[in-house]
Formats: sequence, structure tokens, C-alpha cells
Amino acid sequence: MLKVEKISKTFHPGTINEKTALDGLSLTLEDGDFVTVIGGNGAGKSSLLNALAGTWQVDNGTIMIDDIDVTKMPEHKRATFLGRVFQDPMLGTAATMGIDENLALAARRGKRRGIKAGISKAERESYRELVATLGLGLEERLTTKVGLLSGGQRQAITLLMATLQRPKLLLLDEHTAALDPKTAAKVLETTNRIVNEHKLTTLMITHNMKDAIANGNRLIMMSNGKIIYDVKGEEKKNLQVTDLLKKFEEISGNDQMSDKMILG
Amino acid sequence: MLTFLNALPGAVAQGLIWGIMAVGVYITYKVLDFADLTVDGTMCTGGAVCVMMMLKGINPWVSLLCAVLAGMLAGLITGILHTSMGIPAILSGILTQLALYSINLKIMGKSNQAISVDKFPLLVSLRNVKTGPFFKNSIVVGVIFCVILVGILYWFFGTELGCSLRATGCNPNMSRAQGIDTKRNIVIGLMISNGIVALSSALNAQYLGFADINMGRGAIVIGLAAVIIGGVIFEKIFRNFALKLFAVVIGGVIYYVVIQAVICMGFDSDLLKLLSAVVVAIFLAVPYWKQNYFAKAKNKGGVKNA
Repeated sequence: MLKVEKISKTFHPGTINEKTALDGLSLTLEDGDFVTVIGGNGAGKSSLLNALAGTWQVDNGTIMIDDIDVTKMPEHKRATFLGRVFQDPMLGTAATMGIDENLALAARRGKRRGIKAGISKAERESYRELVATLGLGLEERLTTKVGLLSGGQRQAITLLMATLQRPKLLLLDEHTAALDPKTAAKVLETTNRIVNEHKLTTLMITHNMKDAIANGNRLIMMSNGKIIYDVKGEEKKNLQVTDLLKKFEEISGNDQMSDKMILG
Repeated sequence: MLTFLNALPGAVAQGLIWGIMAVGVYITYKVLDFADLTVDGTMCTGGAVCVMMMLKGINPWVSLLCAVLAGMLAGLITGILHTSMGIPAILSGILTQLALYSINLKIMGKSNQAISVDKFPLLVSLRNVKTGPFFKNSIVVGVIFCVILVGILYWFFGTELGCSLRATGCNPNMSRAQGIDTKRNIVIGLMISNGIVALSSALNAQYLGFADINMGRGAIVIGLAAVIIGGVIFEKIFRNFALKLFAVVIGGVIYYVVIQAVICMGFDSDLLKLLSAVVVAIFLAVPYWKQNYFAKAKNKGGVKNA
């Protein structure tokens, strides 16, 4: 489904700020894989997602989605295949537009936008039902500007937007990290429901190791722009947080450990 | 007072024409979040094209259309400078504006071209503000133009393309993630905006009876003034997009009426641009001050992420 081969990216090459974000990374995902991604700060997790999304072009390597080479494809064209939810709840929605208008924008991902009405009556009704599945009571406030919603509500809407046009690949970049624990759990629950319902191939970055173990069928750990640990199936199910911590120490050494990894 | 009342209809007509220009500014400044300085040049280009074509005996409506197209071309250039050449927004506008100075001179052949209302079928003229048949009256014509323009824009920004334009201005990251070509949209927005400004310029040149190389100087400030005045006065009442656009037009009218009042009170007209700049600067500062110095109490009990 997704085939990433030896991609590399170096920021600010030739300066003192030179930073290798991705170092010859390869990764293959099967249809319906739900992969959680963990790693310390600067391990290259977000860089991997940004490379896939086309936020910038990689220096080397190729990225194939369903046998289509998207390596050189600009971000907005690649969006046809991708659903994305960002860490910052502000990033995923247009604050000055209504919930319904945001969803209508997402419904047209990968389609030509012409001079037909931006949102139809029938559409608005279908969004009411869709939003109701979140269980947040937002179906009564469909025309409310998204800027007036809380972070958790915005993330939930962004999740709907990312999956409204069934994406080939769903990219979740620590999408619960900026939320309080209760809301985070709720958004994660919604994520699982949507992913399972549509059998979406998903990459989810998280700083929470318990979440990384509890969700998905595969787990990868990154360090210095590489994948250093990759488990799936039964082996993943039986993982403990302490196993992950040990693994992390043994491969990258104690000094690499970030506070967030320990807190996880 | 009497001189003011006498000058009032003229100020209203002029305000309506500049209100159309301010609607163009609104589209870049508010909808696209792009401070476009091209308009200082376009505000002359439209008039220059229209006047020169009419002097050649071409139909006023055709001339008006060509003026709009010329404005759109200017917007296209600024858009290309910004999106394809990576030049910052403000600088792109300034470059086009500077280039337009030469182009405007070449269009007109000299720095000023007069067009007489007696010899040509002008759509608006300061001669027809208080007298003449109803549909020849410049205020009536100005209002009709505003209503049609706002109607078209209201329809357009409700379409798929229009919605994607609004999203581009609001959140470019999210727009790209939803498959919107933000660069193309910025170019489209600049073209629409400058087309509208050129329309206003063409009407303005007809109204004044001449096109002048300096007629666009400081246009962006007047446009911003209209946008801000309209916004401040009507923000609580006008929520609908069409009404917001009307608020901008009314902002333009208020601006010209106030300027007229100031002139009638004997204010040195050399200082008018200084006055405009100061007023706009203060109004631009108000939201910043509110946020930084007066919002403390509000923030404490404020919005929490839930």
C-alpha cells in the first residue's frame, strides 16, 4: 500500500544548524495497517509524516502510495490520497468558517473546485448526522465558526475532515498531545472507531507509550531519522511499557532519553 | 455649513466609487490576508485604459471591461512575483506598483488625459450629481454598481472555488492538506481584487473627467480606511458576508464625507494625506492595543481547551 524507500532529508545542509531528520528510512505498510510511531524528540517522527504529506520534498529516495510515485508530487495534489490531523488543534480547520463549511471543504479534497455551490442543503443534513456520531452535541451548532470551539472539539472535527473523503493513508501527528487527558482519551476513542470502521491504513505518532501499545496492529520506534524497532501482531500485543523503555535504552543509550519518553 | 451641504452629494458619489475600490482591498486584505500594494498602481491603470479607449471613440462599457481586464493582469503579475518567484507579498505589490507607473504613462502618453462629459457618453460625472435624469445621476449609478458587485461577490464566495479562497486566506496549511492549491488561489484572489480596483479607477476617471498619473497615490490607505471604518461601525450588526461588503462601501462614503467636512472647516488640504495616514494607523493599532493592554481581566476566566 505505502512503500517508502530509503528516504533522506537534511535541513540547513552545510551550516552549523545542519540536522539530518530522515536517514535512509524505508517502510512498507500493508492495507489496513494501523501503525503507532514512537521516539524521542528530534527522532524524525514528524519529519516522516511531513515527508509523506509533501510539506517539503525529500532529498533522496522514493515514496509510493498504491503504486503511484508521489515523491515529487506537490502537497495539495498528494492530499488526494491523504488525511491529516496535526498536533496543534488550530492547524486543522479554518477558524473563520463554520463547521459545515469546513466539512464541505474536506468533502471536495481531490476534486475540482468549480463554481457550483460550496455546500448544498443535502450535504448539510448529512453533516449533521456525521457530526452527531462524535457525541459532542455539535450537530446543533453546525454553522458555528470553528474558531469558537475548544481544542478537543476542533480535533474531533479535523478527524472527520481527514476521513470524510476516505484517504488511502491517514496521518496523525500527536493529534491528542495538546488536549487534556479526558479529551485526549475521547478523541483517541473516536480515532479508533473511524479507523476500524473504514479499515484505514494509519500512521499515528504518539508520545504516550501506553497508547502506542494499546492502539493499532504494529508499532515502530524511531531514533536519529531511522526506524530502530518494528513489532507487529502478537508480539506487539504482549509488549509492556518497560519493554519499550529497555529497548530504547539498549539501542540509543541513556543520554538520548528525553523527559517525555520517561513520562510516557 | 452651507458649503458642506452643497458639497455633500459629490462626496457621497466619490465615496461610492472609492467604496468599490475598498471592496477590492477587502478581498486581499481581509479574505486572503495579503496586504496588496499593487492597488496604488491599478487605481490609475483602470482610469488610464478606460479614458484612452473612450477618447478613441470606443463604447464606454467595452472600455470599462478592458479596464477591469488590465487590472486583473496587474494582479496576475503581483501573484506570479509572489507565488512563483518567492518574493514577499508586500514587496511583490510594490514592484508591480512601480512598474505600473511607467506603464500608466505609456498608456496615457502623458501624465494627464482629460475627457469631457459634453463630448463623450460618460457613465458617471461630477456634473450629474445634483442634476440630470435619475438614472444618469452619479450617486444612483454608483449605488447600482455597488449592489451588482456585492451580489456577484456574495455568490462567488459561496461557490466551491470561493470557499477554497476563503480557506486559503484563513489557514493555508489546512487548505493544502485538503487539496487546495493555495498558490493558484492567491493569484486568483489578487486578480479579482485588482480587477475591482481598476473598475473603480475607470469610474473615478470618468467621474472626475480626467485620468492622472497620480490618481492612485495612497489609494491603499484610503481603501484600508474604508475597510476599517466599515468594519468598526458595523461589526456588531453585519454578520453576513454581503452585508460586510456593503459595510466597506459605506465606510468609503463615510470617509469621503468626513474628509469633505474637514475641508469645509478650513483644514489645510495639503495635510489631508497625513490625516488619512494617522487615522488609519490609529484604527489599525486599536485591535492590537485591546489585545495587549485591555484584555488582561478577560483572559483570566477565558477560553480553556477542553
